[in-house]
Amino acid sequence: MNVQHFDTIIVGGGHNGLVCANYLGKAGQKVLLLEASEHLGGLAATREFYPGFKASVAHAINQFPEKIVSDLNLTKFGYKQCTESMKNIALNLKGDHVVVTQDGISGVPDKEVGQYDLYIASLKRFAKALQPFWMKTMPRMGGNTLAEILTFAQIGLKLKLLGKKDMRELLRVVSLPARDLMDENFDSELLKATLSWDALIGSTQAPRSPNNSILTLLYRMTGMHHGQYMIPEGGIKTLIDALTNAAIDVGVDIRCDSKVNKISIKADMDGVRAKGVVLKNGEEVTGDRIISALDPKQTFFDLVGVEHLEIEFMNRINRLRTDGYVAKLHLALSDIPNFNGIDIPNNRFIIAPNMDAIEFAWDDAKYGQCPEKPVMEVIVPSLNNSALAPQGQHVLSANVMYVPYRKKGGWSEEAKSIFIKKLLTTLDQYAPDLSEKVIHAELLTPADLERDWRVTGGHWHHAELALDQMLMMRPTYEAAQYQTPVDDLYICGAGCHPGGGLMGAAGHNAAKVILK
Amino acid sequence: MKNYDAIIIGAGHNGLTNAAYLARADLNVLVVEKNDYIGGAAVTREIHDGWFYSSCSYVCSMMRQSIHRDLDLTRHGLILVPYLGTVNFGDNGETLSAYHAEGPYYNELRSHSPHDADAMFRLQADLNRYAQLIRKTLMRTPPDPTSLKPRDIKEMLFLAKEFGNLGEKEFYEYVRFFTMSAAEFLDDYFENDLIKATIAGAGIIGTALGVYSPGSAYILLHHVMGDVDGSIGAWGLARGGMGAISKAIAGALKEAGGEIRVNAGVQQILVKNGRAIGVVLENGEEINASIVVSNLDAKRTFTKVMDKKDLPEGIYEKAKNFKIRGSSGKVNIALSALPKFTGLPDNKYINRGGQGFCGSLETMERAYDCWKRGTWSDDPFIESVIPSAWDPTVAPPGKHWMSNFIQYCPSELADGPWTPEKRDQFGQTVVNKIERYSPGFKDLIVHMEVRTPYEIENEIGLTEGNIFQGELTIDQLLFNRPFPGYSQYRMPIKNMYMCGSSTHPGGGVSSCCGVNAAREILIDLKKPNTVPEDDCYDE
Amino acid sequence: MTTDRKFADERLKLSPFHDRQAALNLRDSWSVWNGYKFAEYYYDAEYEYFCVRNTCGTYDICPMQKYLIQGDNAEAMLNRMVTRDITKLQENRVTYVCWCTNEGRMIDDGTIFKLGPKKFMLTCGSPSLAWLKKASFGFDAVEIEDITDTLAALSFQGPTTFSVLKAMGLKGIEDLKPFQIGYFDFAESGLMISRTGFTGDLGYELWIQNKDALELWDKLYSIGEDYGIQPYGESATNMARLEAGFIMPYMEFNEALKTVHYQHDQTPFELNLGWLVDFNKPLFNGRKALLLDKKNGPKYTLTKLDIEGNKPAEGSYIYGDKKCSLEIGYVTSAMWSPAVKANIAMAMIETEHLQGEIWAEIYYEKELRQYDKVARCSIKEKPFWAPSRARMTPPENY
Repeated sequence: MNVQHFDTIIVGGGHNGLVCANYLGKAGQKVLLLEASEHLGGLAATREFYPGFKASVAHAINQFPEKIVSDLNLTKFGYKQCTESMKNIALNLKGDHVVVTQDGISGVPDKEVGQYDLYIASLKRFAKALQPFWMKTMPRMGGNTLAEILTFAQIGLKLKLLGKKDMRELLRVVSLPARDLMDENFDSELLKATLSWDALIGSTQAPRSPNNSILTLLYRMTGMHHGQYMIPEGGIKTLIDALTNAAIDVGVDIRCDSKVNKISIKADMDGVRAKGVVLKNGEEVTGDRIISALDPKQTFFDLVGVEHLEIEFMNRINRLRTDGYVAKLHLALSDIPNFNGIDIPNNRFIIAPNMDAIEFAWDDAKYGQCPEKPVMEVIVPSLNNSALAPQGQHVLSANVMYVPYRKKGGWSEEAKSIFIKKLLTTLDQYAPDLSEKVIHAELLTPADLERDWRVTGGHWHHAELALDQMLMMRPTYEAAQYQTPVDDLYICGAGCHPGGGLMGAAGHNAAKVILK
Repeated sequence: MKNYDAIIIGAGHNGLTNAAYLARADLNVLVVEKNDYIGGAAVTREIHDGWFYSSCSYVCSMMRQSIHRDLDLTRHGLILVPYLGTVNFGDNGETLSAYHAEGPYYNELRSHSPHDADAMFRLQADLNRYAQLIRKTLMRTPPDPTSLKPRDIKEMLFLAKEFGNLGEKEFYEYVRFFTMSAAEFLDDYFENDLIKATIAGAGIIGTALGVYSPGSAYILLHHVMGDVDGSIGAWGLARGGMGAISKAIAGALKEAGGEIRVNAGVQQILVKNGRAIGVVLENGEEINASIVVSNLDAKRTFTKVMDKKDLPEGIYEKAKNFKIRGSSGKVNIALSALPKFTGLPDNKYINRGGQGFCGSLETMERAYDCWKRGTWSDDPFIESVIPSAWDPTVAPPGKHWMSNFIQYCPSELADGPWTPEKRDQFGQTVVNKIERYSPGFKDLIVHMEVRTPYEIENEIGLTEGNIFQGELTIDQLLFNRPFPGYSQYRMPIKNMYMCGSSTHPGGGVSSCCGVNAAREILIDLKKPNTVPEDDCYDE
Repeated sequence: MTTDRKFADERLKLSPFHDRQAALNLRDSWSVWNGYKFAEYYYDAEYEYFCVRNTCGTYDICPMQKYLIQGDNAEAMLNRMVTRDITKLQENRVTYVCWCTNEGRMIDDGTIFKLGPKKFMLTCGSPSLAWLKKASFGFDAVEIEDITDTLAALSFQGPTTFSVLKAMGLKGIEDLKPFQIGYFDFAESGLMISRTGFTGDLGYELWIQNKDALELWDKLYSIGEDYGIQPYGESATNMARLEAGFIMPYMEFNEALKTVHYQHDQTPFELNLGWLVDFNKPLFNGRKALLLDKKNGPKYTLTKLDIEGNKPAEGSYIYGDKKCSLEIGYVTSAMWSPAVKANIAMAMIETEHLQGEIWAEIYYEKELRQYDKVARCSIKEKPFWAPSRARMTPPENY
């Protein structure tokens, strides 16, 4: 049998894999992209969860870089960056909602409005100072190449350019718990809860946890919407479709339903080298280099195998914190949901009455229990993309925090339905007749995401976005420059710098390293 | 009326140390203290007839030897006796003894987990490496990273050099350690929960963080970076109680010609034309001085004893936002006899070291959950010691006293302010927990002094009873302590300084804040430096 | 409460041979090894050393760590961990190995016994369970068992050891080659013997279940009486191993995982153990770092020195000139060797200076007065003590 050979084989057709494939294909490489499932897009893939109803796990975008859009000419392939972001609405039982938009806030006393403007302006300055580093390969300490020294120098310079006052403040604020930053700025409980939400969503941190959440917030605040969420015209699907079609256009060979079982390794006197992949059906394909867009644990434990890696590296990968704490709720609705005090629910709703509610939901989850009082973020994506539901019917999509990956007693169907009931009861408080409109409810726990989306721990970011797992330490210092200890094996997933979110920066950066 | 060169507000150990070094530079110094005793939180007090409690701090390890020797504290009566071991109790009565001697300690760990007994060697090497680096910064003034002054650049380079001396792996492990939680940090070493809980205890003492909160690993280091006679991480008792330390420093201060006035609480720091010029006492008396040094915590200094309008814009808000959270309680108990603990053959080590009632990581974390909700846990973390078992000067013959430090105890309860009844209920919770491990303990109790954050704040003046004078989180460490831009002991008002634990390097009976402030003051006054270099570097 | 019982569980562990050894420990001189009470010497260190060199002696290695590693992946797991290729190791053979961190710094050295196709025993001086567990992470079907406290072991060393074992009636002991393992009928559980040791001379290590340990001791000592048997302790071991050129932790090397300061640990090349590193293996822990170390050349090289005069160069600095202006290294272990009649030492010397002159600055004392002298050193390539009787099969019968 003839073994097919490619310049580059990319394992995993999530958005980072697609972005990376695009850049390499554009540079003239012969690229093969292999995806295990039927859909491309990974967590951003749109799929039918009930006959006629579709949703994607990642339901909105906050920072897809314009650079990638223009580099890859994505608009030509049907992707339209939304100029306007969704309103963030912090729901209040009495209907006195707090509204956060790109331009400011309302629903709070004037004093808070003014303070918010100061608050957001300073965060924007900080985010802007950090912005260049997300789309850059982090230097490796001791490497001391000119490019690395320049990156360090640039970091120093960017901070200095902030000016004395801002630089001092950034160095203080960056490690603050979300709660302290909110308490310093605001009085309104609802406002504080909703602003801290964006720092915490997707993580195993609660408002009182220091050191990690503000950096995550600043990471999310890059891009044209400064951290506000949007859904592109036609839905998330248009982004994945555009990336796919752009890739096909530059000659990338894309194969779905092609699960990679192993990365084949050539081990001899010259060391350990990746030479190809073995598919589920036994077929072997070879490549000059292999790039894995999967999370680090799967890449190294399942695809490479411990016998080809050094002990401490394996253990550093193993100790990465990868347990997810966000569940996804999808509701197929017979009619448009009516939220108290809201005309058309084409917004992003936050259900978290105060920071303690978020904190206490976390307190339940950390012992492996579902939260007594869940907190969540809700959108109705069928309002942006009518193709997601049959005419006149709708889809409700919610990120629910904090739902443990390791639930005490395990995740049974019964446990799920009890929790769904609790979620519906919560939602009914804000949208009174919602339960009656539910045709079907699907709850995807982190354990489900791990099984069906093949993400270790069901963690959005492949590995917790925490200081000790970020920047030059993501996923470990040996592999932070997208190269791995195995020659010719690269990684480009969310487990690499800068991390998760529908951003594509890891895929972009990895491609740059390869093309250097 | 007498004019002083310097007035130091608060006769805690840092204030006394600061005054001693200023006095040694021939300044006319006066320390004013609101209580009728000196020492602040490092005190020995006869609360019950014949019993002398170290009513706040209770163990010593962080006092720098350079200062101890330079102030000649031994001659002024200070003797430190190291712990020989500590016993820790698990949730189900299992015990883990931390022995001073390596062989027996290894065997003890091995009886819990052979794997962990081995891993302990790696933890000790790693903690030693981390501690050695941080120890070098203790008696140095933190650089201002935004400044281009030669001295700041020199200090930044010093830090960079120290980090550069680490290998690549060690550097990243250090960064990781600095930012993560104690429990997760320990997961990389150990399997056994009691071993993890025992060590993690040091990560929560005095702080409003839990064992799973990022940042608690650093708190752990803060507690193990001290030493007793060069043995890093060792703890010891001061003979005669913690007051012996303050007394010895006061001795050195008086010898250098300094004055101390007790019962002299400060009403306000006087400011004129943007300069501190003295203080007004609570009795209305005005005392003038060329400089004023506050040993009070940053929040108290700027929100209680200063007029807001004397402060530059933004300082009052910074002080208000300064995190100084009450999270600890203290219960001092006079006992008619030495308590006996089940699970401990021969009651071993009760008379040579501390006791830790840590339970398990989950028990500790759940105690933190209670604190968040404005209450205390039925099963709190308690760190205890019975000083009278090896120091006969602190209790009547044959009788004993037990110091119990409790994590957590909120400064404000969810259902209203502290009342004497609630305080006593809190004390009872502690007694009940000890009784579980020492049946009959209750019957030995002669007297009990229960101190919640409310009592500690009212008596000692520490805001919310925070033992560190401010949380030790990254946003309040090094050049961020107490506020960014004010980490070099000079305050926004001219001629005004701070020397308490609100400044770098933070809490603990270390005297470091006091000496660092003295050095900066003497630089400003163009006086010769009297502060010694920390010479215990080469480790 | 009797005084005897007080702090009972804080006392050191006792080896299964302890009762007999305590009776022979005339000087009551004990130290600690891995939590065990362990003799520094019994009567006189030098006397014990001469027994090892001239007759025979027993050295209690119960405190040495012993791990049983078995399962389908046991070999693969060990082979990735150690620098040597152990797929070449035959059943019932023993090999000397070392293992390193990813940075190529030596964690420890030890021996691997291949007891069966999928069954190995690893012995080493310091507890290594945590590292073994890390090293086995991800390998299914590997079981690691710490048998330190259940398998008694006695090192039996010296020229008359073979005669004693033969006189004990151990059939086939004459055929046992160096680094070979044999099994013999003895007591209830049987006796495993490996022809290994830490003295560079003829010798065996005897492995037996705890319950039969004293029976073995009694048999050895009743027969050994005619062959000059004597227990020896840590001090005599340290003399014999230096003559044989063997390294000791905390003398020649710092165990990497316990090292506080950066690169105050060593690579195998620095310790002159390059022969243990097999780069034909595609992967073992530290391979990339060690390739670099080999290419650049190690900064230091552990060197055996013959030093003029008779003053042991303990703790000496090594210089490249007699004036002591060029410091090039430091001595790790040193002694006057009574058997070789030479003033010997091991020293870490900067590799680039190995070709030139080597001088040691030696401090010594005469009745409380301190003296120093500068002595010329010459490099020895071979161990100071390597008698041919150590390797003969069958060994000489005395």
